[in-house]
Amino acid sequence: MENRNYKGYLYLIPAVVFLGIFLVYPLFDVFIYSFEEGYNFASQTHRGIGFYNYGYVLRDPYFLQALRNTLILVIITVPLSTILALMLSVALSSIPVLKDLFQTIFFLPYVTNTLAVGLVFMIMFRKTPYSDGLMNLLLGVFGMSPVDFIDGPYAAKMFVLCFYTIWIVLPFKILILTSALAGVDEHLYSAARIDGTSKARIFFRITLPMISPMIFYLVITGFIGAFKAYSDAVAIFGINLNSAGMNTIVGYVYDMLYGDSGGYPSYASAAAVLLFIIVLTITVINLLVSRKHVHYS
Amino acid sequence: MEQNAVTNRISVPDRILKILTWAFLIFWGILVLFPFYWMILTSIKSYGSYNAEYVPLFYASDPTFANYAEAFSAVPLAKYFLNTIIFTVVTTALMLGVITLAAFAFARLSFPGKDLIFLLFLSLMMIPGELVVITNFVTITDWGMRNSFQGLILPSVTSVFYIYLLKENFEQIPANLYYAAKVDGTSDLKYLFRVLCPICRPTLVTVTILKVIECWNSYVWPRLITDDANFFLVSNGIQEIRENGFGRENIPAMMAAVVVISIPLIILFLAFRKKIMAGVARGGLKG
Amino acid sequence: MNVVFDHVTKKFPGRGKNRHDEVIAVDNFDFEIPDGKLVGLLGPSGCGKSTALNLICGLLTPTSGRIFFEDEDVTSLPPEKRGVGMVFQNYALYPHLTVEQNIIFPLQNLKGKDRLTKEEMKKKADETAALVQIEKLMERKPSELSGGQQQRVAIARALVKLPRVLLLDEPLSNLDARLRLQTREEIRRIQLKTGVTTIFVTHDQEEAMSISDLIVVMKDGAIRQIGRPQDIYDDPDDQFVAQFLGTPPINVFEGRIENGHLCIGDEQVLEWTGGTPAEVNIGIRPEGFIVDENGPFTCDLNSVEVMGRDVSVVCEHKKLISAPRVRAVIDADDSPDKDAQKVRFSLKPHKVLVFDRESGARIRPEQ
Repeated sequence: MENRNYKGYLYLIPAVVFLGIFLVYPLFDVFIYSFEEGYNFASQTHRGIGFYNYGYVLRDPYFLQALRNTLILVIITVPLSTILALMLSVALSSIPVLKDLFQTIFFLPYVTNTLAVGLVFMIMFRKTPYSDGLMNLLLGVFGMSPVDFIDGPYAAKMFVLCFYTIWIVLPFKILILTSALAGVDEHLYSAARIDGTSKARIFFRITLPMISPMIFYLVITGFIGAFKAYSDAVAIFGINLNSAGMNTIVGYVYDMLYGDSGGYPSYASAAAVLLFIIVLTITVINLLVSRKHVHYS
Repeated sequence: MEQNAVTNRISVPDRILKILTWAFLIFWGILVLFPFYWMILTSIKSYGSYNAEYVPLFYASDPTFANYAEAFSAVPLAKYFLNTIIFTVVTTALMLGVITLAAFAFARLSFPGKDLIFLLFLSLMMIPGELVVITNFVTITDWGMRNSFQGLILPSVTSVFYIYLLKENFEQIPANLYYAAKVDGTSDLKYLFRVLCPICRPTLVTVTILKVIECWNSYVWPRLITDDANFFLVSNGIQEIRENGFGRENIPAMMAAVVVISIPLIILFLAFRKKIMAGVARGGLKG
Repeated sequence: MNVVFDHVTKKFPGRGKNRHDEVIAVDNFDFEIPDGKLVGLLGPSGCGKSTALNLICGLLTPTSGRIFFEDEDVTSLPPEKRGVGMVFQNYALYPHLTVEQNIIFPLQNLKGKDRLTKEEMKKKADETAALVQIEKLMERKPSELSGGQQQRVAIARALVKLPRVLLLDEPLSNLDARLRLQTREEIRRIQLKTGVTTIFVTHDQEEAMSISDLIVVMKDGAIRQIGRPQDIYDDPDDQFVAQFLGTPPINVFEGRIENGHLCIGDEQVLEWTGGTPAEVNIGIRPEGFIVDENGPFTCDLNSVEVMGRDVSVVCEHKKLISAPRVRAVIDADDSPDKDAQKVRFSLKPHKVLVFDRESGARIRPEQ
């Protein structure tokens, strides 16, 4: 077009200003922070430049605990939620009636306030001197002795966290997979049926490859999301995650920044950069692995 | 005889599979709905009867709405509500303005370096929020905006993803419409707000709803930037209630508060179910 | 192997507002498709021809009636047990598999004693690929093929398991005009070579006429006529069939039988033996006109379109009801004067077809 002028920039100014201040500048700044040793918040001065902050974070038992918690959470919830979502979506696609109703119900957790519903999970799972709680009532039916899921053994606490995380992330995955399934050409199934293909073979040889890009997308976003877990943990175990032994990497970042142990943006930055590096590495590995197994049309 | 032709088809394994399918769906449906049932149930149990139940009851023996009154009187729940509404409305409105202008520039205007700038914009989508929140915290603190609406709102009034979404939609509207408007002497701004926006209303509505959900549920940033209960949003309010409670640990009142803050979004969801689900399927933000 | 429809009816429940009205897609089909023939199911869209095809392959089950392959009742057999091969309109090739994997796919489903070794499968796939001439494309993905090549792969996949019947749903509709001509001859060649009973669905009468041994003309779920293409064209049973077959289409006029003549307007256009006086519709094939200065049938000349060997004489006549204009195809040497106001024709008797005004049924002259 001959109408090449600079008016377009005018329209971009608001977006550029906001993105510049709150997204681009902080991106560079966080790396600078992470290398500034002995940063003092009040005077905004630092002693020197180096890797001290990283060293400190990597030796901090709270960070290592947060790292361990996050890794366990990722390893358990990402595969489990993806498989569960796949099973539910396939089941959902196969029923002739009530599809809309189930879809609506399954989607509900997506629109709820994580903190609010987390509180409900907390009271369902916890054990107090006055009551063993709902979950233990259920366990009692199977002859198991009551456990405090909120303030008790590590495995029990991890179970609740994983369960709640899956409960929260499933709606998105079900939604993506059901629309992916609906997008598969119906004729492919007809063709396979005429050729006498068994249901299992149709699923593994046709359905799965056809929706593999979406599954892969969910695995990647699932990894990224699970590595950034935080609100779910706060919702169930409260703000002081370190003392509950249930902190996550993101929780560690925020606690370093602000909170009872806060006031150390340099340590927070170093931890955030470490998290970023971990997520990036995992994503790249995922991309490499997927090359072989994902069908792109 | 005629009917047999159809029923013959369903073999025994198929029938078992069918039953399992339904059982599985219903099982997960219950698992999803149960926490909602439990929070409503608990919210109508009286303080006394709740604490008297060593074995939790699945029904309320003496339903009461007193907890709702307690939730609004003992903690400033109404204030949290109001704050959240102000935060949500202002953030969403500002964002709509910012992204509409940017999307229009990318979709219809021509200026040097457009493609490069757009590419840079897109690459911004990959920056994780956790990485930039530290500096933003320092920035807002330096600006003296802690415990203020400006501090809450400013960092979240742009979204590269929504700019992208809207730009795609704007581009689907035939360029001829734009040229026709130009020939008629319509200014760019007038064309944008009088022609383009009305045509692209469905996308704008979707973006609005998704942003409202995001605002209503935001927790991390408000928690960092506010410690004065006068500026708490509902998420922070809930956490505050949980930590410091109603003076004593009043679970039924807590659940009443939880019900109250959950209801607006559930109503919004039921009203715009198709739009919300389609919007989320298109872009999925809650990673 | 022959396919027999024994009083087959298929109804679908209505949808939405018409939930309580049933739609009859196939209405009391009762005919036999003979062994080893290429049969075209022909009709306008929505006439139930695709439903009929799906009934044969088993994707649908009839509401009433039975379907036989030879003597075997297959009515309630699921598709995989019928031994049919099907080529879908959009080919339904598995996009993530190579051409070779697509062709082998049906063979991998065989179980028990039918099970093949990898070498046997490969051999069969290669043979079938050679038959449809796609040997060089075996390693490609469907997205890397042209429409015509995809079509061949789909046919190969349907043929590889040696089906008892080969079904093709609108096989040519996704191809461009030139490829269509080529492909329909290809289908004919493959069918003759394999000898497999082949049934295809089409809405294009030219396509059906050109390659079928037998045509089944359908309308509104019912069979209107079955026969060899030329027989149906020359001797249609009713006005619908006459109008559906032939390009350019037949010209239909309002007319009468009167005094041993067919009359259009005031003119007695042709002698007619037998038949009581009646109001009828008179159809004249475009090739049934002869330009004749003394001819009995007069039209207002509109234009003369040169088509090469032939010319198309376009006229107007106020009794014409099938189209806005009369179209006659004449040998170029006999072309009338372009600037004339009127043109007179005499008619070839066997190209003139008479139908009942009300029912559209054919009225044949008495011998």
